[in-house]
Amino acid sequence: MIELRNVSKQYDGVNVVDNVSLTIEKGKITSFIGPNGAGKSTLLSVVSRLLKRDGGEVLIDGTPLEDWDSTQLARRISILKQSNQINMRLTIRELVSFGRFPYCQGNLGLEDWAAVDAAIEYMELTDIQHKYLHQLSGGQRQRAYIAMVIAQDTDYILLDEPLNNLDMRHAVEIMKTLSSLVQDLGKTVVIVIHDINFASCYSDSIVVMDEGRIACAGGPECIIDQSVLSNIYQLDFHIENVNNNRICVYY
Amino acid sequence: MKERYHTDRRLLLVLAAVVVVVSVAYLVVGLNSRSWQYALSLRVPKLMAMIVTGAAIAFSTVTFQTITNNRILTPSIMGLDSLYLLVQSAAVYLFGSASELVVNPKLNFLVVVVAMVAFAVVLYAMLFRSETRDLMSLLLVGVILGTLFESGASFIQMVIDPNEFSQLQNKMFASFNNMNTGILWIAGLILAATLVGTARRLSILDVLALGREHALNLGVPYERVVRRLLIVVAVLVSVSTGLVGPIMFLGLLVANLARELIGTYLHKYLLAGTSLISILALVGGQFLAERVFNFATPISVLINLAGGLYFILLLLKESRA
Repeated sequence: MIELRNVSKQYDGVNVVDNVSLTIEKGKITSFIGPNGAGKSTLLSVVSRLLKRDGGEVLIDGTPLEDWDSTQLARRISILKQSNQINMRLTIRELVSFGRFPYCQGNLGLEDWAAVDAAIEYMELTDIQHKYLHQLSGGQRQRAYIAMVIAQDTDYILLDEPLNNLDMRHAVEIMKTLSSLVQDLGKTVVIVIHDINFASCYSDSIVVMDEGRIACAGGPECIIDQSVLSNIYQLDFHIENVNNNRICVYY
Repeated sequence: MKERYHTDRRLLLVLAAVVVVVSVAYLVVGLNSRSWQYALSLRVPKLMAMIVTGAAIAFSTVTFQTITNNRILTPSIMGLDSLYLLVQSAAVYLFGSASELVVNPKLNFLVVVVAMVAFAVVLYAMLFRSETRDLMSLLLVGVILGTLFESGASFIQMVIDPNEFSQLQNKMFASFNNMNTGILWIAGLILAATLVGTARRLSILDVLALGREHALNLGVPYERVVRRLLIVVAVLVSVSTGLVGPIMFLGLLVANLARELIGTYLHKYLLAGTSLISILALVGGQFLAERVFNFATPISVLINLAGGLYFILLLLKESRA
């Protein structure tokens, strides 16, 4: 369980994350949605210790973030940001092997290589595992990064806009992978996402953020609601039930 | 992948063999039966100093490039070697060229190392106080301070006595004919201690090369590790500058050559390769300068010529890519 208590983060005196308290439950997909600049990505970075917070507390499995040993924490929680520029000539397999660093500090044993193989297999990258990252398409590269996170084998997986720059087929593939990570491997997945219909179809729980605060949180059935969303996004929302999913039309 | 490491390992072995051959040639070519003992007593410390300097330059440059994620930087951009000049000039100005601080090479070296490390600590403390300030602003601050130090040093050189200035001049230019072999043992010890201290953790450098966010995600306490490594860089720059004077340009040349030759991203291969190439450039260059050009051309001229040409090629290549 990830617990946030009155978390705040300021940039130049402006509260980007403003007194946020929230509990993220285990074994579920939680999506953060909201307008640009609402503080979703910042909150994710604060929870994963990429950014220091200015106030409040973050507890991972009951232990405050700063009491965790950094290696132990890297075995419990992982984060993948949206921009991943790596200046090195790396193959997919080499990239994925970095995911084992918290376990072996770079000296991969048989067990670690088995985990690397399994992660590559899981993301269906076996055929191209010796290709270099710069030779890959956007979708393949995103899958390679997710494979690295899978090799890291953490309970909590945080992803900042994992569908960025992906076409519909690849986006659906990634979301299906994420829900199978939750269902098959018992992971907890937290994502920041802009496509509200993906959030509606795949999330167990949705957190709506606006101006650094949590506007509302709950299951898709209560968040994907005309009055809630119209209020947040200042758009006319039309919501239909399609195959038991709530689909928004706002174009 | 195994294949790739295999070629890298073979390449390193070949390089090591060439280094040994060139080193032996440097020691024995031109010896004669009458003066061989005297000649060797000069050449052995020189060779040792070149090995220490080469390794220090290689380690500091590769580490600095990995931390800054930039292949065309060397630690001299942080003004570390300008600081060396300033400290030396200030010592002569304040205490006179006959003072213990200037005359005693060991004391002089230790003071320079302490000053450079202190500077590095202050600079990095400024950087890491605020997380919105990134590495690039650290570099900018370094560039500006470097210019300041350089101006400070030349100001002191203007106002001091000309006789004192000639004393100082010896320390201002990279020269292997005029090496500070008095500090060889201390420099070697410092280098060995740093290498032993970092050897077990070379894989952290591999992770740092992925960038701050990936490193943090993989459990590397980024700020602490980078601060520590930058201090190691400052110490190593002091070692090489103290031994032969400012020569960081060589680092740019050899680090990039090694990155071209060695296929893997693994720093244990990269650092070994860079050190070997660096030692080879120094010993081979000195061999040419002494035995072929008969001391007519200083090695720093040869290295700067080769380095300058390579740097231009590198810029052209990067701009096309």
